[in-house]
This record gives sequence, C-alpha cells and structure tokens, in this order.
Amino acid sequence: MSEAKSALPGARFDGIASVEEAGLNGMITLRGDLDDTALAKALREVTGCALPGPREVVMAGDKGAAWMSPDELLVMVPHGEAEAAVAALDAALGESHALAVNVSDARAVFDVRGSHAREVLGKLMPVDFSAAAFGPGQIRRSRMAQVPAAVWMTGEDAFRVVCFRSVAQYVFDLLKTAASEGGEVGLYA
Amino acid sequence: MLILECPCCGVKGEETEFHGGGEAHIKRFGPGSSEEEFHDYLFAKENPRGVHFERWRHVNGCGKWFHVARCTRTLEVFGSYSAQTTEPPQEIRDAITARRPGWRWREFS
Amino acid sequence: MSTRLAFGGRRIDRTKPVEFRFNGKRLKGFAGDTLASALLANDQVMVGRSFKYHRPRGIVASGAEEPNALFNMGQGGRFEPNQRATTTELFDGLSVTSQNHWPSLEFDVGAINNHLARFFPAGFYYKTFMFPRFAWKHVYEPIVRQSAGLGRAPKDRDADRYEHFYAFFDVVVIGGGVAGLQAARAAGAAGAKVLVMEQTADWGGRAMVDGGTVDGQPVAEFVSESLAALEAMENVTLRTRMMGAGVYDHGYLLGYERLRDHSPDAPGPRHRLWRIRADRIVTATGAIERPLSFAGNDVPGVMLASAVRDYIVDYGVSPGDRVVVVTNNDDAYRTAIAVRQAGLAVPVILDARLGGGGALAEEATKLGIRVETGMGVARVHGARRVEGVSVCAQAGEGAVLERIACDVVAMSGGWSPVVHLWSHCGGKLVWDEAEAHFRPDGDKPPLGADGAGFVVPAGAANGALSLGAGLADADAAGRRAARDLGLKPARSAAPEVGDAPEAPIEPVWLMPQGASAGLRMKAWLDYQNDVKVSDVQLAAREGYESVEHTKRYTTLGMATDQGKLSNINGLAILSDALGRPIPQTGTTTFRPPYTPISMGAIAGEARGETFQPLRRTPMHDWHEAQGAHWEPVGQWRRPYCYPRGEESHAAAVAREIMATRESLGLLDASTLGKLIVKGPDAGRFMDMLYTNMMSTLKPGRCRYGLMCSENGFLIDDGVVARIDDQTFLCHTTTGGAERIHAHMEEWLQTEWWDWQVYVANVTEQFAQIGVVGPKARKVLEKLTEDDLSADGFAFMAWKDVTFGEIGARVFRISFSGELSFEIAVPASHGRALWDKLLAAGQEFGVTPYGTEALHVMRAEKGFIMIGDETDGTVIPQDLGLDWAISKKKDDYLGKRAQARSHMSDPNRWKLVGLETVDGSVIPDGAYAVAEGTNANGQRNVQGRVTSSYFSPTLGRGIAMGLVLHGPDRMGEVIEFPGTDGKTYSAKIVDPVFYDKDGEKQNV
Repeated sequence: MSEAKSALPGARFDGIASVEEAGLNGMITLRGDLDDTALAKALREVTGCALPGPREVVMAGDKGAAWMSPDELLVMVPHGEAEAAVAALDAALGESHALAVNVSDARAVFDVRGSHAREVLGKLMPVDFSAAAFGPGQIRRSRMAQVPAAVWMTGEDAFRVVCFRSVAQYVFDLLKTAASEGGEVGLYA
Repeated sequence: MLILECPCCGVKGEETEFHGGGEAHIKRFGPGSSEEEFHDYLFAKENPRGVHFERWRHVNGCGKWFHVARCTRTLEVFGSYSAQTTEPPQEIRDAITARRPGWRWREFS
Repeated sequence: MSTRLAFGGRRIDRTKPVEFRFNGKRLKGFAGDTLASALLANDQVMVGRSFKYHRPRGIVASGAEEPNALFNMGQGGRFEPNQRATTTELFDGLSVTSQNHWPSLEFDVGAINNHLARFFPAGFYYKTFMFPRFAWKHVYEPIVRQSAGLGRAPKDRDADRYEHFYAFFDVVVIGGGVAGLQAARAAGAAGAKVLVMEQTADWGGRAMVDGGTVDGQPVAEFVSESLAALEAMENVTLRTRMMGAGVYDHGYLLGYERLRDHSPDAPGPRHRLWRIRADRIVTATGAIERPLSFAGNDVPGVMLASAVRDYIVDYGVSPGDRVVVVTNNDDAYRTAIAVRQAGLAVPVILDARLGGGGALAEEATKLGIRVETGMGVARVHGARRVEGVSVCAQAGEGAVLERIACDVVAMSGGWSPVVHLWSHCGGKLVWDEAEAHFRPDGDKPPLGADGAGFVVPAGAANGALSLGAGLADADAAGRRAARDLGLKPARSAAPEVGDAPEAPIEPVWLMPQGASAGLRMKAWLDYQNDVKVSDVQLAAREGYESVEHTKRYTTLGMATDQGKLSNINGLAILSDALGRPIPQTGTTTFRPPYTPISMGAIAGEARGETFQPLRRTPMHDWHEAQGAHWEPVGQWRRPYCYPRGEESHAAAVAREIMATRESLGLLDASTLGKLIVKGPDAGRFMDMLYTNMMSTLKPGRCRYGLMCSENGFLIDDGVVARIDDQTFLCHTTTGGAERIHAHMEEWLQTEWWDWQVYVANVTEQFAQIGVVGPKARKVLEKLTEDDLSADGFAFMAWKDVTFGEIGARVFRISFSGELSFEIAVPASHGRALWDKLLAAGQEFGVTPYGTEALHVMRAEKGFIMIGDETDGTVIPQDLGLDWAISKKKDDYLGKRAQARSHMSDPNRWKLVGLETVDGSVIPDGAYAVAEGTNANGQRNVQGRVTSSYFSPTLGRGIAMGLVLHGPDRMGEVIEFPGTDGKTYSAKIVDPVFYDKDGEKQNV
C-alpha cells in the first residue's frame, strides 16, 4: 500500500520551544445546526465527545471536536478513520441539513512545546497567550503572520497549531524562527 | 488599527483578523429593477462623517459576516451585531443614541 | 578640552574599560558609557558635518533629541547609517565613522558651501533648478542625488534577526523616570496589569542627575525603592531599552525593544517590535530642553545645559574647562552648580531675564559664580570648537559689551514636554503661556474604541516640570488609568517633595531680541537640516503662513531628529514674523515613530524564506528536483515549464506541447480551487452563482460554468461536477479558490441566509493530476481495472476510480483539446500517484508540462483564461460565451447589470482569433489602431490582444483579442503597432485554431 504522506514528515526544530510536525491527523469539517440534538448525538457516536461550546475544544484520547464557528465543528479522529467517520456522521445525521467532509489532507498540524511555547506563538499571532487569557480547552482561530491558523492546547505548555497544508513549510519556518536561540521574551515563562 | 468584537464567535480581535465589506443594510435590486434603483444599489454609498453602519467579515477567524455601528470621525465602536438582519437592532440604536443623541443614518435614527 | 574627570560618573564602571574605533582611531571608554560620552571623554568634540553647509558640528544633547552626533555604525551586514551616539551604548569592538564629509571630517571639500551660504537660502532647490526644464533630468538631478542624503545606505543583507511580539496590558506606562515609576506604582497597586517601558538602559530619568528629595530621602533612593516595589508586583512588567515608538487607534502601541544593540554578538533577535494593545497608555515621556537661537549656536561646544550636567554626573566627563551658561529659566543654574562642583570653571551665567532666577540662582551666587541678568550671547567665537562668547544685552541688537573666553556654552531656552505619543493618535495641545510650552490638553485626549480618552499624560510630559509637581501629577495619572479600568486605587498619599521656589521662565526666541540680519543668518534652528532663523523669516516674507508649509519649504524639522530641538523655536520665529500668537500658528503634526526604528523591526519575521507564504502542492518537491522554472500564481508556485539541460524555456514549452498532443502529458492541477456546495437549496444557489443553469446538471456529470459579479463582469470560470442530488463540486481558477469561497459565503450569510446551503473549501484536500494526450486512456488502464472506455466513461462525466489502493475521483474534462482525464486523490497520496503515472507512462514518453504549455494549448482551442481574456471589465457576452448564459433563469448574479445600456452596446469589443499575416507573434497587450486620432492626439484604437503565443502545433503565432465588431469582420486584416517599432498585421479569424470539431478529445 502506498503510504499516505503528511506535508512535512518528520520536520522538527528544537530551540526555546520544540516545533514538530504532528503527522497525518483525521479531520472533518462538520457544518450544521449545532443546536440540533441529532448533530450532538452523531458527534458523540463518532468521537465519544460532547458538543464543544463556543471557542472550545473537547478531546477524548485521539478523538475530539473543536468549535470553529456557530455552524461548524472540526471533528478529529485518527487519519485512517476519517472516511469511515464521514460516512458514520452522514448516516447518523440522516435527513438533517448538514455537511460532513474530510479535510484531513487539506491541513498541516504542528506541535509547539516548552515553557516558552506561549511566547513563540505570541510572536506570530495577534492573540493574548498569557495563561490568564488562554488555557486548555480553548481554541483560537486567527492568523499566524500572513496565513490563517487555529491553535489549542494539548497539555501544559503544549500547543497544537493547524494550518493549510500548502503553507506547511511557511508555518514551520515561522515557528522555527520564532523559537530560535536567544528569542526568549521573558513575559510568560 | 481598530479592535472589533465578532458577535458570531465572541472573539475580540484586532483589525488584521477582519476584512471590511462596505456599507451595511443594502437592499439588493435584481432583474426588473429600474436603472436608477440598480445604479443606486451598486454605486450610491453612504460616506458619512460620524455614525456609520458597516459590514465586516471575521476572515482570519470564524469566517462569519457581521455588522458594526461605528463613528467614522472618532472611530468609536457603538456595537457589532448579526448580519442576518435588514436593519440595526434596537439595542444598537439605543447605544448610539446614548453617545450621539439625534443621530441619523439613511432612514434609521 | 573635553576629558574624563578623575571622579564621578554614576553610570560608568571604571573597572571595565571598553575599546572602540572612531574613524579608524582606537579609543577607550568604560562600560556604561554612551558613544557620545566616550567621544567627549576622548576630546572628540567635533563629530560630523552639517547636511547643507558642511559646517563642523558637535554633540549637543545627551539623549534621543541629539541632532548632530550621527554615525555610520558597524560593517557589512551590520552596517547602519545615522546612528545616534547619545543613545548608543558603548561596547567592545564598536566601530563608527562620521558622515557627510569628503575626504575627511577635519578637511571637507563640501565646506565650501558654508562660504556660499548666502546663495543657499530656504527654498534654494525649488528656486534654482526650475529652468531649463530638460536640465532637471540630465544635469540637476544627478548632481543633487550625488550630494543628497546623510550617511550611506547599507549594501549588504542585514545579518541580524528581528521579531514582533503581540502583548496585551491594562496599562502601559511609557517612560521609566520618576513620573513613570510613580504612575506604574499607582496603577499596579490597584491591580492593573501594567507594562513600564524605558528607552534607555537605566531607570529614574532626569531626576537621577537633577537630584532632590522625595519623602525625605534622596531621589535615587526613592527610585530604587519604587523599582523594588514594582518588581515585587506580579502584575507589573518592567522593560528597559524599549521605546514607545507610536500610539495608534484603539490603544494600539508599538514598543521598540533594542535587545542586542549593546551586545551584538549575543544570540537572539536584535530588535523586537512589541505590538501592544493597552486599555490605557500613560505617557511619562518627560521633557526636552530647547536651544537658544544666537549667532554661532551650532559651533561644537555649544550644548544643551542639561546635557552638560548629564555628561558630568552620569559619565564623569567634562565637556570643557570653562563653561558659560546662558539661560532664560532657573533649571540651567543646576548645570552651573554641577560644573562648579566638578571642579571646573563657570566664568559667567548669562540670564536673559532682567529679574534673574530664584533659589537656584542664590545657590549659584553663593558658590561665587558670576551671574549677569538681562544679558545674552551676541555671538559665539570659534569654528571647530568654541573659543569664547561675546556678551550683549538681551534687549538690544547685539552690541558687544564683553568677550569671555570659554570652551563650552551651556544653553537653555526652557523645556518642552514630550507630547509626541500623546499627539500621535489625535491628542490636542494647549499653549501654556506661563511655562512657554505646549502641553497636552486634558480635555481633548485621543479616543479609544469606547469613545473614552485612552492616553493619560504624566509628569513633565504633562507640563508638570518640577520634581514635586511631576510626581503628584504622575500619581494622579496612574490612579486615573486604574479607575478608568474599573479598579480601585489604594488610598495612599502621593510622595512628598519640597520644591524650591523658582522664578518664572521668560520666553526667548531670538538672542538678542533685536538681532541684526548678520546674526540671524548664523543663528541655527535646525542643526541637522541647516535651517536658520533667517530662513524661516524669509519663508514668512515669501508668503508661507502655514507652519506645515513652512516646514516643508525650509525643511525645518524634517531631518532624522524630526525637529525635537527645533520645532518650537521655529514656529515661534514664524509666529513672530507673521505677527500672530504662537497657539494660532500651532505645531506641525507629530507622527510616529518617536525616533527612527529599524527596517528590520518593522519587517519582523517577514523576510527571506518567510517574506510571504509560498503555497506548495504535494508534488512540489518533484517539480523542484526536475529544475522546474516557476511561475507565481497568487501565492502558489506552479511549474512554468521543465527545461532540460541547456534547453530554452521556449523550446521546453514547445517540446511539452508536442509530446502532449502526440502522446502523453501530465499536469499538476492541484492548485485548482475545489468548493463543495451542499444542501436542499444548493441547486437554487448554484443557479444564482453561475450564469448557466446548474440545477439541471445530472449527478455524475460535469458542466463548464461562468461566474459574474453583481456588476456583470466575469470573475471566475470552471467545471462544476454534480456529486449527488444535494451536492455540487465547483472547480475554480487557481487564484480563485479563497476568493470564490468568500463570495459564496458572503451571499449565503448576508443575502440568502434563509437558504439551506453549506459550502466548504476542499481545495487542498486533493492533489489533482491532468493526464492528457492520445495515450491518456492507455496509461490509466495500466493502473486500474475500472472502465475508462469512451462508452463506459463519457466526455464531461466523472466517476470514482481506484488506482491500486488509491481511491480517486476522475473527471473526463479537457482544457487542451486532447483526450484528457483529471484525477483527484487525497493530497497525502498525490505524490504517490504522480510517481505511478510517471512510471506507467514511460513507454509513452510521458512528459510533465507546465503552465505555459497549458496556456498555449488552451489558446489553440480558443478557450478563454480568467485574467487574460478578462480584466474586470469584460462580460461573458464580450467573449462569445452567450451559450453559457441561461435565458431561462429569472435571475443570477450579474444578470441585471448585463442588461444595462453600456453592457448591451453593440460597439463593445468582442473576442476573435488573430492570425498574423507573416506568422510572427503579436506582443501581448498590443492595441489595434483605427483611423483618426482622439482628443489627446493619440491614435484611435479598435481592439487589443488578450493572449498571444507561438503555437508549436500550428508552427505560427496565434492570438486572441477583443475587437470592435470583431465577429462580423472575419478575414479582415488589422494593424497592431508594437512597442518594438514594428507593426503587426493580423487577420481576424475564429478563435478556435485547432481541432474545431473536437475530434481529439471525444475519443
């Protein structure tokens, strides 16, 4: 079987924070009426997770969902399960007006970890990354330098960054530069 | 550089997250409309010094369109609200009245 | 002689010598020195030549306001011109050269200008280089360019790294003097999240030099105690070497942090630009001393009084042995006292006020210093160095009463609050008659998003110049900022200071007040741009009334120091010349940044590889390995062609086309936009978006469609595939995916929000490969069992096909006129499928082709290209695409506009093919000329070329163009003059040049 390839397999940089491409992740854009109980039920069936509230991300192991907009979720499953998950969502949603589409390969995912991770992101995104303003369970969609990006925390001092696949190299280079030696800001760490 | 609050996702972000979309509450005129109606629909836009209603899109964010009531002279923001409406809601009008008594914009006041 | 004193210098560490180079000379300083203090310690009083007259210039100030001491600093990738010595911290190995002289600082040929000064008055350039007109370009401009500019531009790529940082605070205090610290303490104690930034490396500001007592203790102790208190607050961040560069709308503030300027070899970014949002900004930016305007006030050795005592107290440097102090206020007496306490001589204090000074004057007199009241400087003697002053009565015209030998003149014309940051975003000023300065008008602050003022001035920056008044004002400012945020400031009293009584300042704008023309011609306002009192007066005589116009005409305040020393003096002279009060003349606009910031800091991460995002397809690495020549399409990089060895691009394109037409070509089409439109109202929505009827498209089928804006103009095109009853897949142009996605969302969200339709952009989910040419089916049949036969898979259909383990969606569509399949697979499998196709196609001589081959082949078939045939003014009807416009629909975006009179005008230019008579290639964009000329005397035109290529298939040039009544003029020959001097004759023909019946694609 020809192996599926992520945008930058194995890309990694260690500086004041570590930056690592997180490989292939199953991601599904699910658009629909988030108040529809059928949708919440479908989500639970596929991921085991409850519906995230506005600007929230809910994870259970390697599955979960992030709130993207008032009528959109990003459903996360292992990469190999994405097509099946789309089919399961379609089946569970039945006649409800909704759209589930596999976007796993349209994305690149990076993990930024370390005590200076907040500062590294704060150099690139117009977002308050102080612990008081941003913590686990929240998702923030904004821009990273010149491209759209979404970010949430996967643990203490650990962030997951999602961008479009075509700009993976750009985003990796940005993170690498921001995490380079001597770049500690000393504000959050 | 402005700060706007997106009423769709609740994010208060800086202007670079958003994209301006011109005057709000414009009524579309399609086939069957007169030359004048169609011309005004496309080209005759408000350009006030003071209270103004605008469309914005949270382009680097939730992607949704919304409306903003704003003062073009001082850049004061009176409020942001849903794009799925044909006129400014009462609480926005009240907020403007509190700051700019006697304001008028198109047929609204 | 300026020299290092045997003792003193609170900033320097005499145990840590530092070596640096000035114009190649090795000099020594100490850690803690600025470049300016170290130069003075080495008797380097003259530091440069002025811009226009090349006069010798010396250090005037001790801080950011310095106009003269600008240097070329560093080498190679670290070279930078116009670096201020007064704000440059000395480090080992620092190397600088002085500017604006040739061949040397001491002997400068350009100094001839000084002797010709009378011929270079204000507006010299505007007046002189007017006639004859042609001479500007060929004579004047080249000469002016030679002598223009201060310093040299860097030649090498900047070797350093820079970055931005987004930060968010309740209150940002700009300025770490006593006022800033007190304001921060008040706001911080109330619980606000506070940032305090100080542009120098040290806290405490002027008070550390000027002294005084706060709450019964020396001010230095008060500063350390304040710092300790602030450091103990978790909600307070303190940063030195960080300047408030600019204040903008809604509390946006730029902080310019210089991290490595004082230790360039340490790792990390050189500068960091903080992009801050603050609810409240406290400007505790202090005040700047004004020079006095007397003849010869630019001779090296004439300095600001405050700078003289700064060099003594801060750096243990004596600017000279004999210091004459000249002033119109009490503060300068502090300099006289400091000079005397350092063991140096003060021959006289010239106080322009008849009544003299207050408590400080008494102290000076007690020290035995001679004080002359009502007196001023008639002129300064010396050229490269002050040798003495002539004393005159301030009230007179300059008759010399006495000549006094000295080597330094310490001048003080009063203090101007630094209102720049208050003013950047619209804060207004008031003229304070008593203090003779502009200060912030508290009733007219810059307004934030909530309509409330968001800048609070504090201390000297608010006109509260004395220590006591400044601290009280700053304490109130800090509390006010906290209260504005809804916090409760603690109930504690402001620090207690016993200010000594001072005599009021008396404004002195010219010294002596009746100075003769000769004196006024030597009285400098703007040192850096060489503007004198006489220049401003001349401008007024010539009719310049607006201060903004006078500024530009005389260049007053337009140098790199932006008039920090000269603006107020200049506008006072202008007001006087115009006979109106100062507030009526007003100030020029204060614009950010406060002092110049580096280009690198502005760019931040946006340089080199990350200058802009480059979008890459899953096959990008393969293209790169093949040596593809790239074409930027939006942010994408697409292969233009794949030259082999020494092959020219034209030859590569021709080879790629012929191989595709004769056998098999491969195209990376991944960049095409792919949008999913789904929902019960999807068909209705598609009918509004496209000019075609899309709702009738059958699942499994494809249709080419056109999209117009509401203005009627073509904005995009592409093939639509119906996936199922409720779902469409829309292909857009490469550059169009995000734009058209946004277009769809806009209409769905803002006009038809009750329609049940969802849209998703799946462009990057798929790698898409065009398999094109007579052998296309053969190669694919090697890779799949699925039925791809003409009968089993019709033209303009799509189906799901499996290539080994890779599931794909295949579209039988053609943009080249050949048998063609477009295969979409998940991006993670894109490269694998590409490799498979290359391997399987080997026996057919498979040839990957680039965008240029794509363009030529589509032009041979007469297919339009968005962006070539369209330019935002073209409607489908212009392009003969009426067949793609549904007549059955009541409405679609653009329909009403296309019914407007100009849109249905039969004289609109229409698309035709163009065939050159001699087979040559018409230049792209060439216009077809018509009889006669227009109102501007230009040839009338009747058409233009929209696409033009050499067609290797036909062996001749082919083109498409828009021509007046074109479709009715088949066979007619029209003329296209090229910019190469040739005129191209072309025959109007059908735009389809190749395989008109489509026999090749329908096999």
